[in-house]
Amino acid sequence: MALDRSDVEKIAHLARLGLNDADIPRTTEALNSILGLIDQMQAVDTTGIEPLAHPLEASQRLRVDAVTEINHRDAYQAIAPAVQDGLYLVPKVLD
Amino acid sequence: MHQMTLAEIARGLADKKFSSEELTRTLLARIAQLDPQLNSFITVTEDLAITQAQAADARRAAGETGALLGAPLAHKDLFCTKGVRTSCASKMLDNFKAPYDATVVARLAAAGTVTLGKTNMDEFAMGSANESSHYGAVKNPWNLQHVPGGSSGGSAAAVAARLLPGATGTDTGGSIRQPAALTNLTGLKPTYGRVSRWGMIAYASSLDQAGPMARTAEDCALLLQGMAGFDVNDSTSIDEPVPDYSAGLNASLQGLRIGVPKEYFSAGLDPRIADLVMASVEELKKLGAVVKEISLPNLQHAIPAYYVIAPAEASSNLSRFDGVRFGYRCEDPKDLTDLYKRSRGEGFGPEVQRRIMVGAYALSAGYYDAYYLQAQKIRRLIKNDFMNAFAEVDVILGPTTPNPAWKIGAKNADPIAEYLEDFYTITANLAGLPGLSMPAGFADGLPVGVQLLAPYFQEGRLLNVAHQYQQVTDWHTRSPAGF
Repeated sequence: MALDRSDVEKIAHLARLGLNDADIPRTTEALNSILGLIDQMQAVDTTGIEPLAHPLEASQRLRVDAVTEINHRDAYQAIAPAVQDGLYLVPKVLD
Repeated sequence: MHQMTLAEIARGLADKKFSSEELTRTLLARIAQLDPQLNSFITVTEDLAITQAQAADARRAAGETGALLGAPLAHKDLFCTKGVRTSCASKMLDNFKAPYDATVVARLAAAGTVTLGKTNMDEFAMGSANESSHYGAVKNPWNLQHVPGGSSGGSAAAVAARLLPGATGTDTGGSIRQPAALTNLTGLKPTYGRVSRWGMIAYASSLDQAGPMARTAEDCALLLQGMAGFDVNDSTSIDEPVPDYSAGLNASLQGLRIGVPKEYFSAGLDPRIADLVMASVEELKKLGAVVKEISLPNLQHAIPAYYVIAPAEASSNLSRFDGVRFGYRCEDPKDLTDLYKRSRGEGFGPEVQRRIMVGAYALSAGYYDAYYLQAQKIRRLIKNDFMNAFAEVDVILGPTTPNPAWKIGAKNADPIAEYLEDFYTITANLAGLPGLSMPAGFADGLPVGVQLLAPYFQEGRLLNVAHQYQQVTDWHTRSPAGF
């Protein structure tokens, strides 16, 4: 199934990517080329095959439910684009 | 001095022939002189390097020993380095100074290594040519018109040009092995879970693995020793003992069973590479190996499955770059959605955006089963192929790449053309197996690599085979003219 311009705009919105209008035709063409490659998968018979998520089939380790991390707020906020009083600043969400 | 391998440096430092500081200053001068031709570094950490070299010399003077004590290296610019820019070759992280060290960086630093800088790469490790970097393409020292491979292309070019003896890389679909092949290096992608991913900026979390790039298998053994091992901070790290890799290098290859998959010799393979692969098999036979034809029937499905799994995981991993907590933020956002969209649209380059969108599409409602789940089922078929093969052979041998290094720009028109260069490497990532590329000759002056694959946690076997091969061949000792 080939994507058209509106599909690409929808995917870009889902991924929160602001595309330049002028780039959309080229992006659409490239995505269709990639999806053409990927669609070769559909010819493979995988009936009865279990999906493989972790190559060594390892499961998530659990740890003791105890505080292990100290607060790194100052270090982490030192590299943030905009902070005030220990909070991250974003444009106003509510009027 | 710059021609020395890590093993030679270790002996020279131990014998007090030179100090780490002398060596470090020599290499920093060489980087300043020659790297403008290559663009292999994003950041040169001169002050840090001198400080670390002096500290290593002081540790040695106090009686400490260690093969990596005072050894210079560089890190691919996706390993977090505390207080040092960690850009992932992206405008998105051009201003990002990591607040902590990656486990790999911390372990190698504790062993006494000296960090000369951070190497160039494809943006967010997405590419096989090192052309997608925000900081510009890296040139191949064997021919400056050609790509060095990717995504660890800066590490490859720098080590190949003798700017330093070794570097770290990461490999999600071939990003250590393919640039190693294209620049005449030895590069190892370990078993998934062997080396900690903590502090490695994630591309595709179920495929990413860090490993060493150097000129010899012996040097890769030294570096891997410093990198490998369980890490509680990486939830996919495997708690498995780390063997002494250097001690295993000299084991005999008598009776080693080498499998050569018949599917490897398909129409896409450059015949000159096919000939060099078979020549390497003949060398290994002289060392006592026996060769058997095997089959990997699902090989052809690996690229399509990879280009679902990797972008899907990337679209999830890269959602953290939102212009709020770190990294690039657009000017004057009019609302929160505009902040997200323009920060990401302006901060990510075209290939990264394509992969995010492919992943977002593959994971979107109604498509998950057809794409991601089908890809994971194919992933199991590929793993099963390997398990069947390893019931009959000890290692699998073939080309690392279908072609030698191509001209910069030659594959830019269609992203698929570059994807196909990963044909031989990505199966090891999908199956989680260790893989190594070693120099095996030249095609019109451009290096050719041979890839070896082994069962889980048999990195030592790969290093052993490559080291024995390097005892009877001299491809790996050749250096590019002008460097």
